[in-house]
Amino acid sequence: MTAVRSDAMGWGFVAPALLWTLAFFVLPFAVMGAMSLATLDGRELVWGLSLSNYAELAERAYLRRAVIVSLEITLTVTALSVLLAYPLAWIIAFRVPPRWQRLALLLAILPFWTSYVVRSYAWLLVLAREGWVNEALLMLGLIAEPVTLANTRLATVTGFVHFFVMLLTLTIYANLVQLSPNYRRAAMDLGASAFQTFRHVILPLTLPGIVTGAFLTFVLCIGDYVTPQILGGNTELTVPQVIMVQLGRRADFPLASALAIVLMGLVTLAYLAGARWLRVDRL
Amino acid sequence: MMRVLPWIYLSAMFCFIYLPVAALVLFSFQGGGLPVPPFDGPSLRWYGEVLVDDDLLAALAASLGVALGSSAVAVSLGFLAAYGLARFVLPGAAMIRALLIVPMTVSYLIVGLGLLIVIQRLGLPLSLLTAGIGHTVINLPLAFAIIYASMGAQQQSAERAARDLGASEADVLRLVTVPMLAPAILAAFFLSVTLSWDEFIIAFLLTRFDVTLPVEIWSMLRSGLSPRLNAIGSVVFLVSVAAVILAELLVLRRRG
Repeated sequence: MTAVRSDAMGWGFVAPALLWTLAFFVLPFAVMGAMSLATLDGRELVWGLSLSNYAELAERAYLRRAVIVSLEITLTVTALSVLLAYPLAWIIAFRVPPRWQRLALLLAILPFWTSYVVRSYAWLLVLAREGWVNEALLMLGLIAEPVTLANTRLATVTGFVHFFVMLLTLTIYANLVQLSPNYRRAAMDLGASAFQTFRHVILPLTLPGIVTGAFLTFVLCIGDYVTPQILGGNTELTVPQVIMVQLGRRADFPLASALAIVLMGLVTLAYLAGARWLRVDRL
Repeated sequence: MMRVLPWIYLSAMFCFIYLPVAALVLFSFQGGGLPVPPFDGPSLRWYGEVLVDDDLLAALAASLGVALGSSAVAVSLGFLAAYGLARFVLPGAAMIRALLIVPMTVSYLIVGLGLLIVIQRLGLPLSLLTAGIGHTVINLPLAFAIIYASMGAQQQSAERAARDLGASEADVLRLVTVPMLAPAILAAFFLSVTLSWDEFIIAFLLTRFDVTLPVEIWSMLRSGLSPRLNAIGSVVFLVSVAAVILAELLVLRRRG
């Protein structure tokens, strides 16, 4: 370390990013927190320390329902995505020849880099009454006439799982290739079957990676407005959708802020649930 | 059976992953007015319509401007902070690092909502500038993390040698540190461009009259499925992929 160099200079380098984060992230966040404790008197905003917005959340059935819908969708999506992504990452890491692995991985996650809006729209095409999925089901004779797939929870979950399978394949693959092959060899030498090796050696060793990826999935999924809004229709609303309704139609910023704080609370709970295995520095 | 099973699974998953992309791109070349089977193209009709749509072109230019501008600011601030934290002993360095990273773990919706409230309270107008500020907030943690991770000991030796030979601090940064870190800096830049280019909710909350491309596409969605949406969506996808592949090649070159 170059101890002779002054701290003042170091602060000079850090200051711009620090000030930016304080001004445009920490301050707005604090104001939003304060806003969640304010109330609306007609259209007039009254600052204060009122918990009435949170009370409203607990009382109104449709707000409670949104929290439940969000949690159901997010947990379903997280579980399905991990179950689908793990074998894919495994195959890329251990079955695809090493020289093709990077290409296979790049191809497996390329559509990840599309706007939520464009990706959701593309699923709308696939799931339309005249779309490919209905065509395939008709051809296989599984249905007699086209079924409604778009504007359902199934469509929302499909759109989300598509996105997060790619994300999780990336994080789980990164974990699998870091494992020394000696662990697998040692387990096999000691007489473990392929399944036992997986269950008692590979799975525990890759658990931190899985939990980190699952946490990331949870955070991104529960906070997304676009996918449920485009694919889910309006029969049931998630928390981000309800927040947008408060902002748009009613301009109820205090209630929207309280909902945002609740959203943060759910993410914090998920973090605590996985904290034992989480490696946030690896995000 | 056990031998082919992995390959069947791999193929099935690739089909699932590329299904929406295939539908998006294929039906952007549709001849008729509905982007669903049967395919009756190929036709460039809808790309032609996109090219003469002034609103779309304005949104495209706005998106590029916001993406390049916010990424340039994010990467500059992120680089300076990474340099300061990697090369100086600062009290509370661990906390500063955490503070710079933490916006990454907060939903974009919440970042946008917080900024919207502050902007409205101050009575400032919403514009592409405010959307750019929002995008810089979400890109700064990423840029900082990527550049900080690539600041190793070998650059430090080169920096010290340059300083011993009489280079000023600015010269060291300009002639030694930045060129040595160029791959990481560019990778961070292109990833930031992609994230900003694709981002919807912050841009939606923080713009009003001039909007970015995802917001414009969003408002087009209200009139239903159209091959015109496929065409502009394919363009959006292509630009994102190009930026990601550039970033990937830069990282590869660094490792190679």
